[in-house]
Amino acid sequence: MTDPRDIVSGVGMLSEGTHFVGEPPAGIRRVPTGVDGLSTEHLVINMGPQHPSTHGVLRLLIEVDGEEVVAVEVTLGYLHRGIEKLAEHRRYDQLGTLMDRGDYVSGMHGEQAVALAVERLMEIEIPRKAAWIRTMVAELTRIASHLVWFGTFGLDTGAMGQFLYAMRDREAAVEILEAISGARMMFNYIRPGGVVDDLPAGIDQKILAFCDGFETYLDEHHALLGGNEIFQGRVRGIGVIDRDTALAFALTGPNLRASGLGFDLRRDRPYDAYPELEFDIPVGTTGDSWDRYMVRMEEMRQANRMVRQCIEGMPDGDFKAKVPRVLRPPEGEIYAATESSRGETGVHIVSDGSDTPYRFHYRSGSLHAMQALEEILPGHLLADVVMIVGSTDVMLGEVDR
Amino acid sequence: MNPVLVVLLRILAALGLMLANGVVLIYMLRKVLGHMHLRLGPMHVGPHGILQTTMDVLKLLTKEDITPRGVDRALYFIAPAAVFVPSFAAYAAIPFSDSWSITSLDTGLLFTLAALSLVPIGILMAGWASANKWSLLGGMRAAAQQIAYEVPLLLSLLPVVMFAGTLNLGDIVRAQSGLWFGFVPRWFIAFPLFWPAFLLFVIASLVELNQTPFDMSEAESELVAGFASEYSAMKFGLIFLSEFSNQFIVSALGVTLFFGGWMIPWVPESVVAPIAPVVFMLKVYTGIFVMMWIRGTFPRVRIDQLMQLGWKWLIPASLALILVTGVVLKVAQATQGVTG
Repeated sequence: MTDPRDIVSGVGMLSEGTHFVGEPPAGIRRVPTGVDGLSTEHLVINMGPQHPSTHGVLRLLIEVDGEEVVAVEVTLGYLHRGIEKLAEHRRYDQLGTLMDRGDYVSGMHGEQAVALAVERLMEIEIPRKAAWIRTMVAELTRIASHLVWFGTFGLDTGAMGQFLYAMRDREAAVEILEAISGARMMFNYIRPGGVVDDLPAGIDQKILAFCDGFETYLDEHHALLGGNEIFQGRVRGIGVIDRDTALAFALTGPNLRASGLGFDLRRDRPYDAYPELEFDIPVGTTGDSWDRYMVRMEEMRQANRMVRQCIEGMPDGDFKAKVPRVLRPPEGEIYAATESSRGETGVHIVSDGSDTPYRFHYRSGSLHAMQALEEILPGHLLADVVMIVGSTDVMLGEVDR
Repeated sequence: MNPVLVVLLRILAALGLMLANGVVLIYMLRKVLGHMHLRLGPMHVGPHGILQTTMDVLKLLTKEDITPRGVDRALYFIAPAAVFVPSFAAYAAIPFSDSWSITSLDTGLLFTLAALSLVPIGILMAGWASANKWSLLGGMRAAAQQIAYEVPLLLSLLPVVMFAGTLNLGDIVRAQSGLWFGFVPRWFIAFPLFWPAFLLFVIASLVELNQTPFDMSEAESELVAGFASEYSAMKFGLIFLSEFSNQFIVSALGVTLFFGGWMIPWVPESVVAPIAPVVFMLKVYTGIFVMMWIRGTFPRVRIDQLMQLGWKWLIPASLALILVTGVVLKVAQATQGVTG
């Protein structure tokens, strides 16, 4: 038997039209069942880019036998904005704006990666307070980002309420971020050398109130969705990514940790204030959708814990190091990465000594998670496709960038 | 009055009820789901958006009716009617009060269920004719799940029929009048033997209605809009209307069979009689509210899990229930001389 993936990557599958009448187009074989001489054929379904649950503009070509997925081809590029090329024409302090538009749901992590890279290249020492503020906003962003994932995962299962409940809590987190940075999503707050501005007066009380409330809300969210028998039946044992597959596809972040590998940049290659904070890293066992769900839920709890620690232990001092107005890092190259909500968000900068990077590369966790989809989706039902894509939390903004 | 005219008037009344019911239910759905979801629902057209659905119906009526290229034209046109007509027909036997019903059929229960079971044919037709793979999958799912759940739905109601000794919906309600031990209403739901039957009925009817958590045939996160994806304007309106009307029918069946129809317990019949249809409607709408509540809270099951539940659990359970009911009835008759 031929490998089903050969069929999908076969000749011009979709250009042949999508509704087969008579002979199927080249590349699609009829499958004889043999029992009573009836033959069935596989159906190629085009899911996306305008499908309600592809989380943006993901396009999946799915070959199904009835409702069972035989092969999947992931098509991307619908949200390509050429961020890497644009970065070559931006000054170093402007790169953060581009990173915000990469993973637009957790912008702070991208900004942090750029800032870390430039600081390491120029050997800038940032004030302790700047590092703490950065860590705090990064963890708040993680909560906001995971809440978007939680809500849309609820939508994927058909439970609409969860989305709106999650948005209620996200709104509170986003309002705090807005008070700090002036923007709800495109923050442009973390810059090489520190952060743009000091924390506004009185924000610590607001954040502590948020942390208190969120602990309860998180339990409610988990009870409502995770405690539901139907939901558990939909995610347990579905979309298993084992350790080897996870490593082979270079998965990072919650997707990797759900597969049982406790690698977390915040602990293993610490940056900013993480070495001084106390937090646990949740790790899954089997790598199914349920584990990915549980890992993310626990990460929100840990993030909340870290935000509280940051506020309680916020040091005094400057929020920004003295850096030149125009940054000209010395010739050389650097890779710096942060643990974003979706895995390792890294930037590789090659500097030629001028005020713009010579080459800029952006590494994102979602791209790798998405490639793993082709491996893990076959064998599942069509309804599971949506769930598995949802459980890996791919963000098309950082896949295509 | 001319008997033909009477029949025509009754049919018109049923049609009016069905249309009004659709408009009310859509508004109710939006408001109920809205408030469950920390939103307000429609607020702009009229006070609290009360005219929103009226405007939406007008919009659907005036919209361009698009027929996509490549559809099977004949089937594509027939399908909405094939969905609409059976759910309209199902109103015929529903007893709104002791005297108010479109017609009093001796096989009322069978007729209503038979009418409802014709709906999937229209859905399958719509799915097939749309020339859209998502529609096709939706239609197939609808057919599979409705065939699987037709059986437990009917079987779960048989214990009630055995007890009441009639298939006439009005007579089933009449069999529930009076009180047990002087204070428990003689509604069938008050009798523990019928609790499992009611549970089976709720599950099977939610599947029949394509309601969350069993709305596989139009699962918007999987199949876009399922079998209705390619329909626009009033064709879509008809499919939509039939869906809401089916909710009404099933809720009315539940009220008739388990919750004493138009009756209020502890209140003499003669007092209730003038407001009986209102009582009936209130009960029906309570049932629909519960369905919307479920819809606002529950995730969706998967098609294979649904099939397993249906064939492996619900059908054997309902068969066992019929057996138990039969034994209980016989024993009761033998010991107390009570007839069903």
